[in-house]
Parts: sequence; C-alpha cells; structure tokens
Amino acid sequence: MTDNGRDIEAEILQILTARLPAGVRLSAETRIVQGLGLDSVAILDFIMDLEERFDISIPLDRIAEVQTIGELSRAIETLMGAT
Amino acid sequence: MMSLPAKFAEICAGIESLSAMGRNPFDIRFEKILSPTVAVLDGRPILLLGTNNYLGLTFDAACVAESAKALQELGTGTTGSRIANGTYADHALLERRMAQFYGKRSAMIFTTGYQANLGLISTLAGRNDHLLIDADSHASIYDASRLGAAQVIRFRHNDPEDLGRRLRRLAGQPGDRIIVTEGIYSMLGDTAPLREIVAVKREAGACLIVDEAHSLGILGEHGRGLCEAAGVEADVDFVVGTFSKSLGAIGGFAASDLPGFDLLRIVCRPYMFTASLPPAVIASVTASLDRIRTDKSLGKRVLARSRRLHFGLARSGFQVGPEPNPIVAVKMPERETAVRFWNRLVDEGLYVNLALPPATPGSLSLIRSSVSSAHTEAQIDQAISIMTAVGSELRVLDRRAVATALPGA
Repeated sequence: MTDNGRDIEAEILQILTARLPAGVRLSAETRIVQGLGLDSVAILDFIMDLEERFDISIPLDRIAEVQTIGELSRAIETLMGAT
Repeated sequence: MMSLPAKFAEICAGIESLSAMGRNPFDIRFEKILSPTVAVLDGRPILLLGTNNYLGLTFDAACVAESAKALQELGTGTTGSRIANGTYADHALLERRMAQFYGKRSAMIFTTGYQANLGLISTLAGRNDHLLIDADSHASIYDASRLGAAQVIRFRHNDPEDLGRRLRRLAGQPGDRIIVTEGIYSMLGDTAPLREIVAVKREAGACLIVDEAHSLGILGEHGRGLCEAAGVEADVDFVVGTFSKSLGAIGGFAASDLPGFDLLRIVCRPYMFTASLPPAVIASVTASLDRIRTDKSLGKRVLARSRRLHFGLARSGFQVGPEPNPIVAVKMPERETAVRFWNRLVDEGLYVNLALPPATPGSLSLIRSSVSSAHTEAQIDQAISIMTAVGSELRVLDRRAVATALPGA
C-alpha cells in the first residue's frame, strides 16, 4: 500500500484478471513468467498497461529483476515514490 | 554432462509440435537459387516471396562482376578487424559513398546489420542515459539495449504521445535521451510516424536513431528511406541500416552528422572485436548503391508490385497489414492455421515466412511475404492465386471484409 492508501497489488491483480482466461487464480506469490501462461511479449504489453495506469515507466532491467506479482507491486510503489 | 534438450525444453517442444504438422519452418533448405525470385526445394522450383531481396540485386550483372573482380584481386577475406588489422581502401571508399548518399558528414560500416544496431545503440547508451525504444523493435535493438548501460524504456508502438509522456516523466533526471525507431517495421510493414516523433524529440532535446533496414532504396525520392519520405532527414541524428536486404549482400552501417562520430570506431566493441567485411562484399555493395542512385525505377517497381500483392490479397478476403509496403503480412486466425497455411503454400510452390508469437506484435500469427522489384506481375498474380486457393481451402478468407480493406472501394 502506498502512502496515499492506494492498493497497488489489488489494482495489478484486477488488470491481470481481466487479461487472463476466467478461473486463473492469482496471488502476490504468482510468478509472472511461469504462472501466467503469457509469452514474453504479452508480459511486456501487460506491463505497459500498468505503466499507463500508474503513470510511471518501468525500465526493462527492473522488469527483468522482478519474479512475482508481489515484487512487481513493490517495484511500482518504489517508482511511484520516486516521482 | 550438460543437456541441451533439457536446457531448451520449451523450444524443443515448440519445434516438435511445428514439425509434426509438416516441415520445420526454421530449417528450409534450398538446393539451388536460380534467381532473386526462384529457387529449387525438394527437387522442384519454388517462387521466393519471403527473402527480403527487395531490389532483386543479388544477381545483378554489374554487382556480381565487381564482386568477382574484388575477390580475384584482394582475396577471400580481410582476416581481421579494422582497428587491429588495418582498413582496405575500398572499405573507406564505401563509407564515403554511404555518407554522401545520406548527405551526412560520416558513415561507419559494420559486419552485419545486427551488429550496426548492437554497436551504435549500446555505445551511445551510457550509464545515466535513457534509451527509449519502440515496443515492436527488432531483436537487434532489444539486444543492444541489454548490452548498453542506459536505462531502457519501451514506448507503445508508433505512439508519439506515449513517447512524449515517457520523456516528460524523465524531467529533471540527468543523461541523454536516445530514441530508437524503425522506418518500416519488419512484421506488418507499417511505417513510423516520423514527423510526429521528430516533434516530440525536439521538444525533449533528445537524440533520434532511425533504422532503415527495410526502407533503404524503397522509400523516398532518392531511396534514402522513411527519413527522406517524411522530410525529416535533418532532425535524424543517426541512420542505421543493413546491406543484406535492398543491397543484396551482408553488412550494416550507421551515418551521422554528429561531430566526433569517428570516435565510435575505438569505443564501439561490436565494431572493434570482429573482422571487417570481405572485399567481394564491399565491392558488390558499392555497386548496388550505385544502382540505387542511378536507377530510380527499382524502388518504384518494388512499390508497384507491393501494392499489387497487398490489394490483391485484400480483394481475396485476407486481412492484410495497414500499409502497402514491400512487407505484406496476412493475419491468420491462430497459430495452428498459420502453420497449416504455410505448409500448404510450400506444397504449392510458394515460399513465404511463417511468423509466430513471440516474434510478432500483438501475439499475432502471420504469413509474411516480402516483395522484390525482380518479381514480375505474373509472379505476383501467381502468388495471389496460390494464397487465395489455400485460403479458401482452410477457410481463412473473409469476403465481407473486402469492401473496407480497399481504398476508394
């Protein structure tokens, strides 16, 4: 949760749920590459939706470091705090 | 012991599933190349419509003669890098010709187009700099961004507004902003909105690299690519490209007006630590460039043939890309149909490219063709008729879409 009370993780899960087939169960521990069944380009496109939603740019090296939804959420929080 | 099949298990499974449906699309072996447009495959002639031989210069008599002469006079290879082992006069001459062709102060030749992007981009993108690349960039641009030390940001494909937003987010941060875009994109054949991108670039004080790999010799009155066609050459800081497509050989280049450009020769590792191009290649490329400069009909013809194929396929009910450029891609409903379609085309004597995700934008499955000025109208019509017959057989034609696909229709 950010300082202004925004629940980033919940927003990510909501965006992902809309993109994935119904019934895919997601949590903070879900691994992005292995757990979503998306190819590398589809993952980058999903990240782009997140960038738009949170008005940030996530550099490619940061994306490469992130493995789970929880980690992605924390990376976004950090980037939002930096601006 | 290391197991390669285990290491690349997912890739192996992918290839097995592809091969189970017919041929392995990554291992097509032509027994003979008869001309820029015809080869022999499995003992039968096959029409080549997927080799990026845009101007058909691979068998051009003058290019072949110049190449043979250089081979005889200068030998088979240079056996070393320009920096460590010396420069041949003809390499320097081709660099001057390339610079003149683009009206830029300097040009530099690389051993492949891949290395031109890898070298130029990774060297310019230093620590604290910001590299902004189009989401649909070629693999060489992605690889360059990993080799460089800059922070890498993708912007939405052909979206100057998104690029502008991302540049504004960087406000206050130190470092150069380097934007990379392509003239014609290799999968769908669409062009970049260069005027708008240039406006964004100017506002941000950024530097712009345009990769003209698929547009050299094709777009612009003098064949200088999309930068010329869009009238923005003075605003483009670096033009990169390849000798392997329109110029019919292999190699890459970068051209620029930037003072001190030649410094790159001693800091750009993909230039420094590889052997320079063989003299025979330099000679044929120099001759090809001459052809482009003196014979404007080549570029005009490839565009005319491209329109014939693009609109011909659209008329048959195929979903084609957004612009009638020499890359003509038709969208397949899904992967399996694309694979079947491609196999059936090869059965019928037509060679095109099978392009599947993740190599394609938007997870599309595509049948990608590339048109040459060497294709006759009859060959283009033959390709349309083969594709239409197979499209009808596999039920991928949408006749209702025809009216909206054609201009003025």
